[in-house]
Amino acid sequence: MSSDGFNITVNGKQMRVSAETSVAAAMMMAGEPCRTSVRGEPRGPLCGMGICMECRATVNGRKHQRTCQLMCAPAMEVATE
Amino acid sequence: MRAAFDVAVVGAGPGGIAAATIAAEAGLLVCLLDDNRSPGGQIWRGLNPDALKKNPHGLAFSEWTQRLGRTHCEVCTGSQVIDSPAPNTLRLERDGELNDLSYGKLILATGARERFLPFPGWTLPGIAGAGGLQALVKSGLDVRGTRVVVAGTGPLLLAIAAGLTDAGAKIIAIYEQAPLSKLIGFGLTLTGFSRKIAEGFDYAMKLRGVAYRPGCWVKSAEGSTRLNRITITDGGKEWAHDCDWLACGFHLVPNLELPLLLGCAVSEGYVLVDDLHQSSVAGVACVGELTGIGGLEKALLEGEVAGWFAAGREDRARALSPRLKKQRAFARRLDRAFDLRDELRNLCTPETIVCRCEDVVFSTVRECASWREAKLHSRCGMGACQGRICGPQSEFLFGWKYGGVRPPVFPAKLSSVAVSEPSPREAESLL
Repeated sequence: MSSDGFNITVNGKQMRVSAETSVAAAMMMAGEPCRTSVRGEPRGPLCGMGICMECRATVNGRKHQRTCQLMCAPAMEVATE
Repeated sequence: MRAAFDVAVVGAGPGGIAAATIAAEAGLLVCLLDDNRSPGGQIWRGLNPDALKKNPHGLAFSEWTQRLGRTHCEVCTGSQVIDSPAPNTLRLERDGELNDLSYGKLILATGARERFLPFPGWTLPGIAGAGGLQALVKSGLDVRGTRVVVAGTGPLLLAIAAGLTDAGAKIIAIYEQAPLSKLIGFGLTLTGFSRKIAEGFDYAMKLRGVAYRPGCWVKSAEGSTRLNRITITDGGKEWAHDCDWLACGFHLVPNLELPLLLGCAVSEGYVLVDDLHQSSVAGVACVGELTGIGGLEKALLEGEVAGWFAAGREDRARALSPRLKKQRAFARRLDRAFDLRDELRNLCTPETIVCRCEDVVFSTVRECASWREAKLHSRCGMGACQGRICGPQSEFLFGWKYGGVRPPVFPAKLSSVAVSEPSPREAESLL
């Protein structure tokens, strides 16, 4: 990881990412699903362009964020929803 | 920002950038809108100057963005069009704030998205679209050393596999559902498109050693919390691969939501336009993938046509017609070559999820007689994506026409919707 990286937490686990990393990419690298479906299945990003809504997660307490369209920021707290 | 423009362009991919540039160079007040963080659309996503030399599209990107940058065009990224509350008016949401913008002429260049088809296990994390995985890699996903299978259909599979290889992934194989016979037929009709062939060879070179297998498709995927194995078939034999990622997309479908909301006539899946790219609605032009999936060159050319026409230079627009005809013919050939095979309709088991937003399974959706009935009785298509994923696939699986767009055309904050006056159009198109 490049020297200009920073830490975020994904479901309580700390990880180091670069500033050019989307939250969806970070969650996949952390091995965490983005959301839990209606019947309880783990889901991750599908379309990568903000249309399918499968990458919704809670970011800094805000629910339903499309994480593929959102870049990581220092100390960001991300949670599967 | 200003609230009134001569020309509003929606979509800052190649088509939108070309249209906005030409119109702005002609002296018009132009606004270029896009919901993404930066201009470029999908094909030019995440390009930076360092990548320009390697990417065959990079040169066009830098030329056009420099040209656009020399105009006074107002570029509004992060702006989502959610409604058209009155004639010649767009309602935008940006950072949770609403703005109405009025225009004299409108040019829609909203592009396309991947078509997805359901198969057992397709909802597992680790399965993304082909373009979807590419987009994730461009936004920082580290795939170095991971095992990736690329599957589905369309010319993008090769380009995407090449990009993933560059990013350090180990491509196990590329599986194209179209049979070799159709691909050969397509190749032979490409003679007028030498640049495209050159690009194809470039990708093929990079992919030396990677199997490109036409006539094969993914039958199912397995994993508990994440993908770890897929089964492939050629209609007779079946075999499996252990893998970390499956990049799977079935060519592209145009993003018709906005043209439909505005009442543009659509035929055979694309917006109907005349030689000057004007739709059936006066003052509304449509360019790029909206009028046929044809890629970069087609989108740029059509953007130029619409830009010149908006600027009152019909002569310049018409001068591009011969080149336009070739591009349209190319788009039609693409559709035929990568036509979906019937076997793909029979992959679902009764329990396979069709609508991912609402977890509606195949057996439930199959009981319905139409898209409308499926929405009413099963909630298929009623979730957050508003049918953008399950709509096109239902069209293929069940032969339904999906449509019936109503505002907001994109999930908006409740406060954004609350200020919207109900329109007659809304009442008409309740579903």
